[in-house]
Amino acid sequence: MDLVKPIPRPSPTTRPFWDGLNERKVQIQRCDGCDSWVFYPRTRCPSCLSDLLIWREVSGQGVLYTYTLARQPTAPHFADETPQQLAVVELDEGVRMTSTLVNVEPSDIVIGMRLQPYFDQVTDAVTLLRYQPG
Amino acid sequence: MGLRGHAAIVGFAEFKHERKYSGPRLFTVEQWSELTAMALDDAGLQLADVNGIACTDIRESGMFTPATIVEYLGQPVNFAERIDLGGASSVGMVWRAAAAIELGIADVVVCATPALPIPSNPEPRAIDPRRFFQSSSNEWGSPQAEFEIPYGNLAQNCGYAMIAQRYGAEFGYNEEAMAKLVVDQRQNGALNPLAAFYGKPTTAKEVLASKMIADPLRMLEIVMPVAGGGAVVVASREVAERCRHRPVRITGFGEHLTIKTPTYAKDMCVTPVGPASRQAFTMAGLEPGDIDAAEIYDCYTITVLMTLEDAGFCAKGEGQRFIMDSGMTHDGNFPLNTHGGQLGMGQAGAAGGMTQVVEAARQIMGRAEVRQVSACDNVYVSGTGGIMSEQAALILQGG
Ligand SMILES: [Zn+2]
Repeated sequence: MDLVKPIPRPSPTTRPFWDGLNERKVQIQRCDGCDSWVFYPRTRCPSCLSDLLIWREVSGQGVLYTYTLARQPTAPHFADETPQQLAVVELDEGVRMTSTLVNVEPSDIVIGMRLQPYFDQVTDAVTLLRYQPG
Repeated sequence: MGLRGHAAIVGFAEFKHERKYSGPRLFTVEQWSELTAMALDDAGLQLADVNGIACTDIRESGMFTPATIVEYLGQPVNFAERIDLGGASSVGMVWRAAAAIELGIADVVVCATPALPIPSNPEPRAIDPRRFFQSSSNEWGSPQAEFEIPYGNLAQNCGYAMIAQRYGAEFGYNEEAMAKLVVDQRQNGALNPLAAFYGKPTTAKEVLASKMIADPLRMLEIVMPVAGGGAVVVASREVAERCRHRPVRITGFGEHLTIKTPTYAKDMCVTPVGPASRQAFTMAGLEPGDIDAAEIYDCYTITVLMTLEDAGFCAKGEGQRFIMDSGMTHDGNFPLNTHGGQLGMGQAGAAGGMTQVVEAARQIMGRAEVRQVSACDNVYVSGTGGIMSEQAALILQGG
């Protein structure tokens, strides 16, 4: 059976992030109240609760904060990715996001390695932000 | 601030933990009745003495859970709490019960976590679309649905594995130490007739040869799902005086919640059990060195390692050496998870954390038989919910 992988369903608040990915751009929020970067997108800043959150384009580059190799699929939908190279990426702006690593062998993965975005258009409407060495 | 130590655990009950359940199937409310009857009987109390309950969710009702249980038991209460802290729920129940008792709004509170299989439904329900392979929320608008699930970051194993991997990058990762932790706990579990691994100790070699599930976590470092469940009765000092066993006073507690997904933790290697434990020790007026036994929530080996450090039993980064240098069986110099922990008992869902509470009471009451820690007066208990995201601690002391 061909399982359809779960895809994000953008909300009015998060839409700019996903729209940006469709245009091969990484956009995250910056708080004008306390000058901090915010991810995931919110209506108010998790540092100061200001609603002055401005979308800014960033390089999307960062480092590998941690990862695991899921030797058993976390759901049957991901069986084709085994072992899943799940990762937490820390962007140069300091925020972290969950992603998966591509274009790298498991044995070459090292925490702290430089990473750059890999835009993976999974449907006509949605692009996922995966990461590759760079 | 805090408890005066006037409330105590006076009785407990525990189902045998089994991988393949051999008993009759019961609905959750029916299991609530069983556990309540067993725990009250253990304490020497009657149903009419009860005027409080603390529960988690039940399979028969999505809401009005406490009222459903109270009606089924047939006993009105002044205090009813439904706790939603995953594996920290049992610890959360006990301190809330103690607080209610010290406030004077209840005298006897039953805290139960039933987790036996329920009868199979002749008309199976559709799968809840809000759940997606053990994720807690796949609803539109849920951050987990949008930023975790599409990447396959699901369930518990990978989250804990990524914490362990980060820990290794910062402090080094010693597989031998993690294996020893499992071996010591399974040795305790092998002596516990209620444990799924009763009579089944393991070796470091076996642990290290077990299948890698999510690097660096191996199969035997991860709890095995089982049927089970347990309960404790918490009572006032006055009630405790007429109960059967040595009262197990609740003298300190703490609870701390930070994140739901570890990706967003400020520092993945600093866990919420730190602040929770500091509050618990301060409240009780004790220090980690005063503890006679530690019953530490152990969904994974990494949880125990980080709790040992963050609760203050050893310095940050020293946990693996501490494990290698300590005897962690019931007769060792640092008795840990003397019932086998959940690595030895098996994990009966969110009831897993109740095994740690029950064992602490058992040890202080002096009822642990072959696993009894000599002169056991002060016990530390921890609970962990989600992925190191919500943690709680108790200090229990003999009365
Ligand atoms: Zn702000």
